[in-house]
Amino acid sequence: MNILLNGQSLETQAGSLSELLTEQGYGSAKVATAVNGTLAPASMRNEHKITDGDQIEIVAPMQGG
Amino acid sequence: MTIKLYDDEITSRFLIGTALYPSPAIMLEAIKASRAEIVTVSLRRESGSEQAGQNFWSFIKDSGAKVLPNTAGCKSVKEAVTTAHMAREIFETPWVKLEVIGEDDSLQPDVFGLVEAARILTEDGFQVFPYTTEDLVVAEKLITAGCEILMPWGAPIGSGRGLNNIYGLRSLRAHFPDIPLIVDAGIGLPSHAAAAMELGYDAVLLNTAVAKAGDPVLMAKAFALAIQSGQQCYQADPIEKRDMAAPSTPVAGLPFWNQDHA
Repeated sequence: MNILLNGQSLETQAGSLSELLTEQGYGSAKVATAVNGTLAPASMRNEHKITDGDQIEIVAPMQGG
Repeated sequence: MTIKLYDDEITSRFLIGTALYPSPAIMLEAIKASRAEIVTVSLRRESGSEQAGQNFWSFIKDSGAKVLPNTAGCKSVKEAVTTAHMAREIFETPWVKLEVIGEDDSLQPDVFGLVEAARILTEDGFQVFPYTTEDLVVAEKLITAGCEILMPWGAPIGSGRGLNNIYGLRSLRAHFPDIPLIVDAGIGLPSHAAAAMELGYDAVLLNTAVAKAGDPVLMAKAFALAIQSGQQCYQADPIEKRDMAAPSTPVAGLPFWNQDHA
């Protein structure tokens, strides 16, 4: 299926958000995730199914003012 | 003398940003020199291959500072609220420096969206630090929405212009004597920060003026001194301005005095 990951089109076989993070090499990185504009809590990533056309954001701590 | 920011008692009146430094090591040195207890941080898209955010996070943890996550760059209530939710999960804090930007050139807050986002987030248990203007009506609405702190801008973010509207900032202080007020953004020089504290503001938040200085560590020290100086000035109750001179040396007993002096 095709999704939008951090604004980039991506073809993925991942069924869940957890699988997507593994597939894309995030490992145990400290990240937060949002699907279609809403927080997808870390505790729910195993259960959170990905569907075609999902817009997914994966963010991490960054410098800020 | 401490300041209460929601449930936390803070001693330092200097909140400092973590962006734009020449290197992470200089950022850490500058934070240390500033004696700030709170640093602002943000969230950005992370690449699975580069994972730049992970290194940054380890540096911030080393600083020992409390983190105040921002929603910088958000232009809608929805974006700001979701970013705040992600920040709460990742930084494990209910604090959020809430920014809803309404105009690209000035990065002026969209105060309508700000009030709405503040209400939503407060009801969800967040402790909101709203980046706002000095507008009294907006301030009242933010407090009604649940904000216990206000952070009016001094000038547009990164402009270094100082306090653009001293009258407005003074009015805000007078109207809300019991609300912690933090000047956020636009500060360029230590004298600007001192001026904010002399108005009775509780703290100053800045980033660019330190990070982009030729010597960020030295500038952090300079700001720390200025902020402390301004705070003590306010506590010491400075004199009022007057238009005409008033001699400081006693006039009584002036040698050579005669009627011509009168």
